[in-house]
Amino acid sequence: MNPIKRDPLWRPNLSDFMTSAAGLWLVVVASGIYHGINPGMGWPLAVSAALFEGQRTALLRALAALGFGHLLAMLGILLPFAVMFVLVEYQREIRIGASCLVIAAGLYLVINRRHPRFLSRVKPSRLALWSFLVAMAHGAGLMLVPIYLGLCVPGGPGPDYGAPVQLMSFNIGIALGVAVLHTAAMILSGGAVAYAVYRILGLKFVSQSWFNLDVVWALSLILVGGIGLWAAL
Amino acid sequence: MTIRPDPTFYASPKIAMEAPAETLAFTLMLSPDFSQPDGLAVVDVDPKSKTYGQILHSVMMPNTGDEFHHFGWNACSSALSPLTGHAFLERRYLIIPGIRSSRIYVIDVKEPLKAKIHKIIEPEEVFEKTGYSRPHTIHCGPEGIYVSTLGGGGEDGTDGPPGIFIMDCQTFEIIGRYEIERGVQDKHYDFWWNLPRDYMVSSEWALPPQFENGIVPEDLLSNKYGHKIHFWDLRGRKNIQTIDLGENHQMALEIRPAHDPVKQYGFVGVVVDTTNLEGAIFTWWRNDDGTFEAKKTITIAPQPADAEDLPPLLAGFGAVPALVTDIDLSLDDKFLYVSCWGQGEMHQYDVSDPMNPKLAGKVEIGGIVKKTKHPSGKDFGYGPQMVEISRDGKRVFWTNSLYSTWDDQFYPGERGAAMVVAHVQEGGGLELDPDFYVEFPKGYRSHQIRLEGGDCSTDSFCYPSV
Repeated sequence: MNPIKRDPLWRPNLSDFMTSAAGLWLVVVASGIYHGINPGMGWPLAVSAALFEGQRTALLRALAALGFGHLLAMLGILLPFAVMFVLVEYQREIRIGASCLVIAAGLYLVINRRHPRFLSRVKPSRLALWSFLVAMAHGAGLMLVPIYLGLCVPGGPGPDYGAPVQLMSFNIGIALGVAVLHTAAMILSGGAVAYAVYRILGLKFVSQSWFNLDVVWALSLILVGGIGLWAAL
Repeated sequence: MTIRPDPTFYASPKIAMEAPAETLAFTLMLSPDFSQPDGLAVVDVDPKSKTYGQILHSVMMPNTGDEFHHFGWNACSSALSPLTGHAFLERRYLIIPGIRSSRIYVIDVKEPLKAKIHKIIEPEEVFEKTGYSRPHTIHCGPEGIYVSTLGGGGEDGTDGPPGIFIMDCQTFEIIGRYEIERGVQDKHYDFWWNLPRDYMVSSEWALPPQFENGIVPEDLLSNKYGHKIHFWDLRGRKNIQTIDLGENHQMALEIRPAHDPVKQYGFVGVVVDTTNLEGAIFTWWRNDDGTFEAKKTITIAPQPADAEDLPPLLAGFGAVPALVTDIDLSLDDKFLYVSCWGQGEMHQYDVSDPMNPKLAGKVEIGGIVKKTKHPSGKDFGYGPQMVEISRDGKRVFWTNSLYSTWDDQFYPGERGAAMVVAHVQEGGGLELDPDFYVEFPKGYRSHQIRLEGGDCSTDSFCYPSV
């Protein structure tokens, strides 16, 4: 089995920062904060839980459930790519395909601004399920795919590995790392907002701080997909 | 869709109470003989205004015979539920069903003084898409706008039970029936819910042949009107429990849950107890195990009257029943207002302890026997009926018509439309405002009132008052 050579087509792109491992990991954290402070991803539910039970442990329990659902949604999207990316000779195509998928998801969300009705059928007590479905429905996991693939690409920031098994475990390891770091950032930022609203800012902040991010969110997907595409081509 | 949530969406009832007071009210006008189109009146309720108590604008419909009754907003504070993601709707449209025609109007009131018809849903579409008829109560819920109906299919609305259907909250397309499992529910009237606790409560008035051409005394005396309340798994769309209030408790109408979603209780008004002519309020509540119970907590005794003062329907009883036809709960869950339409009284109960309500205030106006005049000296026909409370709980508005054909049985002859306001005193007590008496166009009657920016029977809240 031939060891994987550095991809001759791979070239530094955008900037040294964006292609460095540190830069990509920072984007993972930043996207986590972005998802965390977006009320649509659930921090108001943690405030509500704490107010209903009158104790902050309820806030933590709600955050844990929301985080678990979000983590599963991230892994649900990233792991298939981790497996697929073992096909080294198709990595470029996979990156292009993945980027196009992310752009398509963004375009779909720009055009179709309706919220999926099935989300309103989820029981308020099933926060983890809700968090999972809401992340899936809004392509929260997809947003990470181009960043993730950037971290996995041979000759990129990651090390060169030879055997597919090693490559697979490397890819899965990165996927776990991306999902956990992203979710941790999401829960910490969302949790900070929720706690501040619960203890200091008060409930008025819920409506005051809630901006319609639908378009920004969809454009974020297109942007991330575009950068991924640009990097892959 | 907007960038920020509508400023009239409030996270909790407490925040809604602190919001600026309403300056306009929307009141439904109906033509009881169906000779003129029904309409929506925009009423000045700003005491500082020169036109206080006057109709500033009316929207008249292009049809006759709709019979307007209840109505509601396209969006309310429930839009702030983080579960549904509809925070960027506008409270902009009033959804007005005709309970006689089954036609539904969507009125754009973004500029209230230029309010206009935005969309009309013809009856055939309601029948075809839902199998229901005679749409009634409107609430904004998890999957869109929920509309209760009083009739099933067929000419007289008895082909299948009535129920609730859902409309899209943006396009106003009818999506379809709500119920997946209705259990024993076979009549319908009002419904409301506790959104975060995920349950709904519905009530029963009667089937269309029992009300459209007037009350059917034989059916009432044989206890054939509705007397059950139904509890639903809201998002599961299943009837999980039915409580029979007792067949003598005829016509369980308005459902008023506590506004603060932490509280798991509410009230339902019963028009008349056929064993003793009492009016009654039941308190219902949810136990920790998810089961529900209900107990009668208020009774209002009939008042003796001479047969000659009574309409033929009541003459044989020698007494006038309270006829509890509407109830409404203030946003702080402190005061329950009870319309005694027959006796001409508006009662205010302190329900701080929901199991032990105390009469805190009372106003007499109109009534079958008493016919009390308004403090302005004007006559007040019929009795206090549809009641609406301002968000801050300081003003209580009401109108006087119950339902065209029933008005004529209990109050024969044309008595005229009215809308009045009473001011609530600190700690309880009510006083009518002598300067507020809305005059409606000739030949019309007045029914439900909605207040600008929300009131005490529209908005559902998703966060506790703290």
